[in-house]
Amino acid sequence: MQGLTALLKMMASSARDLAPIIIVVGFFQLVVLQQPLPDVWGLAGGVLLVLLGLTLFMQGLELALFPLGESMAGAFANKGSLFWLLTFAFALGFGTTAAEPSLTAVAAEAARIAAEGNVVDNTEAARAEYAMLLRLTVAISVGIALLVGVVRILKGWPVQYLIISGYVTVVAMTFFAPESIIGIAYDAGGVTTSTITVPLVTALGVGLAHVIRGRNPMIDGFGLIAFASLTPMIFVMGFGMLWAAF
Amino acid sequence: MGQFLLQFGNTLFSTILDVSPIVIILFGFQLFVIRQPIKRLKQIITGMIYVILGLALFLLGLEKALFPLGEVMAQQLTDPSFIHGDGPVPEVAYWKDYLWVYAFAAAIGFATTIAEPSLIAVAIKASEVSGGAISVWGLRIAVAIGVAVGVSLGAFRIVTGLPLPWFIVSGYVVVIIQTFFATKMIIPLAYDSGGVTTSTVTVPLVAALGLGLASTIPGRSPLIDGFGLIAFASLFPIISVLAYAQLTAYMDRRAAGKDNSTKTKGEAS
Repeated sequence: MQGLTALLKMMASSARDLAPIIIVVGFFQLVVLQQPLPDVWGLAGGVLLVLLGLTLFMQGLELALFPLGESMAGAFANKGSLFWLLTFAFALGFGTTAAEPSLTAVAAEAARIAAEGNVVDNTEAARAEYAMLLRLTVAISVGIALLVGVVRILKGWPVQYLIISGYVTVVAMTFFAPESIIGIAYDAGGVTTSTITVPLVTALGVGLAHVIRGRNPMIDGFGLIAFASLTPMIFVMGFGMLWAAF
Repeated sequence: MGQFLLQFGNTLFSTILDVSPIVIILFGFQLFVIRQPIKRLKQIITGMIYVILGLALFLLGLEKALFPLGEVMAQQLTDPSFIHGDGPVPEVAYWKDYLWVYAFAAAIGFATTIAEPSLIAVAIKASEVSGGAISVWGLRIAVAIGVAVGVSLGAFRIVTGLPLPWFIVSGYVVVIIQTFFATKMIIPLAYDSGGVTTSTVTVPLVAALGLGLASTIPGRSPLIDGFGLIAFASLFPIISVLAYAQLTAYMDRRAAGKDNSTKTKGEAS
């Protein structure tokens, strides 16, 4: 019985998270577009699934993702091997990004744009190669981002100097990069960080800042995601420039 | 029912596929590098199953119900017959004709951000680490307002055809100026909130809106102008979170001015 009340409470909290979407969609459909809701039961079923899914995910977050990120941070700090910690950071960034479905979609779209702009031969094989290289570029850039981000936590460098230099680099590269790659490059920063990676990486950063003496979890622990959304812009523009040059 | 199970099986399979690199890396390092038994292994495995099942249900529900409707709405709102009524379609898009589109962009940006699981996760962590100085809902609403402004401005840019770098570079300048005045505590979190917002829920709906706009407005190419909305949605939360922190600090200072015995939140902890 107690379990059921707890479950209902969690479901209610998920319902609050979803309420804005339902209100917005309902308002625009009924009031602005003045059209009936299509397939009301299908819609209600879908919302119920989303509700259940969100509730389960939030449970798993506290049970698995946060503890895993923290315990990995603790274990690497105990081991005291910088090499393995950095290898882990790179592998985590590279591995999760290479498999990211939204990146795959963006890369395919980018290859189509490139083919239309005659940057790539308009054949299946050439486009696939371009998309593959682009995905690899983004995955490497996220790997490097986490690596640099972890070094930053260890050294206690202020995050803003690194990020602002990154912005300056992005702006400078915008002048030289081919126009067709700019929109994709700017978007690539946003699509790389998935729902599972974010909690893990956040817990890892905060965990590291906790176990290393002299680091403040608030100032030093956060910031890893920021790097992971910045480097893809730089690397994708670099990729576009190199591709145009050769 | 059979069809539903099939769909669920498909979504579950692709979720497992997405999670597998993370699981392989985590357990690989655990087994070969750290070489220590994992603490609370049973709890973690249960939690991972919850995460995978939860994410699969979440995605399936979104794909079955909300995404199709959102996409149709984006198309209808950008449809020339909705925007110009029965009148003729002008050669050049006039930005004021699209007020409903900006309103929809802002509303959907806000609403999807509130539902974004990765943002909830970061907000919980931030509240925990800051000892409650940063509230879960305060951060989420600040980020959501940023996304709302960003996506709305991004829609305006697609309508007017102004160059994307102008907006993004000006946004960077604002962030840099704010960084100089912000309390040190909030800066890393604010920078992070740019990246976490654009995830499972926001990206598909916002991308649909961008493509819908770019393909119906005369003179815009969906391939070139359809991109860029995500960039807006990841830049503006940085600004709004920094602004939120400055506002809380300011209100705390005012409260402290009235009662000198209370310490300001930004300096505590």
